[in-house]
Amino acid sequence: MRAALFVTCVNDAIYPRTGIAVVRLLERLGVTVDFPAAQSCCGQPQYNTGYRREAEPLVRRTAEAFAGYEYVVTPSGSCAAMIRSHYTRIGRAAEAEGRGPGLAALAEGLVPRVYELTEFLVDVLGVTDVGAYFPHTVTYHPSCHGLRTLGLGYRPRRLLAAVRGLELRELPGAEECCGFGGTFAVKNPDVSAAMGTDKTAHAVSTGAEVLCGADNSCLAHLDGILRRQGAPLRALHLAEILAATEEEPVQGFEGLV
Amino acid sequence: MTGTHLGMPAFPEAAREAVRDEVLRANLRHATHTIRDKRARAVAELEDWDRLRAAGKAVKDHTLAHLDRYLLQLEASVTAAGGTVHWAADADEANRIVTELVLATGEKEVVKVKSMATQEIGLNEALEAAGIAAYETDLAELIVQLGHDRPSHILVPAIHRNRGEIRDVFAAEMGGWGRPAPEGLGDDPRELAEAARLHLREKFLRAKVAVSGANFMVAETGTLVVFESEGNGRMCLTLPETLISVVGIEKVVPTFRDLEIFLQTLPRSSTAERMNLYTTMWTGLGPSKGADGDGPSAFHLVLLDNGRTDTLADEVGRQALRCIRCSACLNVCPVYERAGGHAYGSVYPGPIGAILSPQLRGTGSEIDATLPYASTLCGACYEVCPVAIDIPEVLLHLRERVVQGGPVTREGIRVRIRPADGHTAERAAMRAARILLDHPGALRAGERLLARARRLRPRRLPGPGRAWTDSRELPELPEHSFRDWWAQREKAGREKAGREKAGPAKVEPAKVEPAKPEHEKGARP
Ligand code: SF4
Repeated sequence: MRAALFVTCVNDAIYPRTGIAVVRLLERLGVTVDFPAAQSCCGQPQYNTGYRREAEPLVRRTAEAFAGYEYVVTPSGSCAAMIRSHYTRIGRAAEAEGRGPGLAALAEGLVPRVYELTEFLVDVLGVTDVGAYFPHTVTYHPSCHGLRTLGLGYRPRRLLAAVRGLELRELPGAEECCGFGGTFAVKNPDVSAAMGTDKTAHAVSTGAEVLCGADNSCLAHLDGILRRQGAPLRALHLAEILAATEEEPVQGFEGLV
Repeated sequence: MTGTHLGMPAFPEAAREAVRDEVLRANLRHATHTIRDKRARAVAELEDWDRLRAAGKAVKDHTLAHLDRYLLQLEASVTAAGGTVHWAADADEANRIVTELVLATGEKEVVKVKSMATQEIGLNEALEAAGIAAYETDLAELIVQLGHDRPSHILVPAIHRNRGEIRDVFAAEMGGWGRPAPEGLGDDPRELAEAARLHLREKFLRAKVAVSGANFMVAETGTLVVFESEGNGRMCLTLPETLISVVGIEKVVPTFRDLEIFLQTLPRSSTAERMNLYTTMWTGLGPSKGADGDGPSAFHLVLLDNGRTDTLADEVGRQALRCIRCSACLNVCPVYERAGGHAYGSVYPGPIGAILSPQLRGTGSEIDATLPYASTLCGACYEVCPVAIDIPEVLLHLRERVVQGGPVTREGIRVRIRPADGHTAERAAMRAARILLDHPGALRAGERLLARARRLRPRRLPGPGRAWTDSRELPELPEHSFRDWWAQREKAGREKAGREKAGPAKVEPAKVEPAKPEHEKGARP
């Protein structure tokens, strides 16, 4: 099977480890991974801040970059949600306002082919045990877009539960937003920090070594708070845990425990 | 809406104070978490909740699509039942109508049933200006009124107060309005409720005029419905001689049967009860009413527009008019929980306030331009809304309006509004980001620059970035982007393939060392 990786702009520039983990994981599971170089940002920061027109060229770029692929996999719930819930509407609005002919059909064509990583693993590949090994205690934060917009449900936690050596601890108030919210973190910094601090306090209370999530934007916010506080746990993307094996553990993580 | 909230600071500033108020945060946290858990249980009891939700949405959408027709039908039904219908285009007109109606009775006092519509128009202040005292009779509203405070929640207006604070307000203020609080009043909820009851009873018995709102109005029969849980509402609705109800035009439903849906969804969503304790319905002045029977001998219905028709003209935003004011969205909203109701600068706080106020009032003021951003778009509000208002969708729509301007309807006239002030720098940044992101060559160069600057990473950022570094560390920057890692790997793969053709020499693919966590370098400050 062949799949294209939509790594997303945040992962590309700041969290390449997540993209590398996805490649390793998928290749281990027998998937041939392509990385179309024309890809960029999905346009979520622009769109969510109210700049719909600024998002239009990015919608076009993303839809065109992945035009030939049956499966497009992304390790970001919020970017998958952006494409699934908003691309068609943005395309239609652009056409209605006399810009971007053909954008609606192009965007709409991409929507059913985009999979968040855990959806791809569980629904398309049909695996929950990906053969990973990670001998640590982990608590999982289901980010809002994964939880509510995509409805990932049990998928991430079932994948984690099947990892050898891993002990999953329930996160109190797991379904509450972490307070990142894209530009919300900058536009409403006080409320954002208050929400993030409550979330990290819950994570610390589990006694886990790792706060796992499937969205590096939320994790950047939470890990930033954890590090500022000198808290005894670190945020780690789900893909890195699923990619870890006895031979190739998560790099740079051993020092924590 | 009322002038009370004009000149409010932007949401982020208003929220800042609330976030720092530990007592307020604890009060809100306790109250919202208790009610949200109870709501979830009450809703889970109904197997057909999703269908009830869809039905409620459908009834409201249908009514809104034919609002003109149903309002005329309502007017006819209310008139036929002996009531008088008044139409108010805005807050001033509604206040004028109610004031004149009260003055015509010769009374100087009215008792009030808790009502969002009269708060929205600032009726109490308008009556006071005309020399009429308006007494709130809902316990929480009474607390707010006696405390010279503003409501901070749709259903529990005094949610921001704890028992001790309420005791203090009662002890200090009740005497000035009527029967004083008993000596040595404690902060036991039952004691507090009893004090309020005694204080209010004399008002109920004396009042000749009552003012209410309504949760629903039935076009077919002219019936008005009020849901409440204390019984004070029923006292006001039945004891006084004159009843004046001020109701938003979106509260109409076509038939009496439609109430069947909301009788199930509203109490469960708002108070987490299977049924609310008092459901009072009245239909104009029936044969049993009038001077000899129960109920008022004069009934006036003031139908309030105040921005609703303009909201209805907006295809995306109009769904806010489906709202049945259950307040479920407030109780699950993590932003409301930290920011408190006052930060929203309106009688409609929380998620519904964030989409309703900027539509009813326009996005012109600072507070209204920041309300659509008072959300992380987490979607919890949409999930619980019993009439399925897609609040995140409307927030995004209003954000567009704030930064890009566009067509809106104001007082029935289609106009184009300009972007709200103060977004020039942000717009420039968004454009610059878009241009960078739309040119992979430039993007790659940018990423390399970022990687090279990683050693310079400051602990505090200037400008808007400061908001991030005030409470969080910046992420560690990697040495290479994913793009570069991939390109190297591809290259190594190609070389390896080439060499394998030539001979069996083994070559390791290029490896990019991921950045090490800060603690490993012992660099944690
Ligand atoms: S928006 Fe929905 S959840 Fe919020 S108060 Fe209105 S009806 Fe209730």
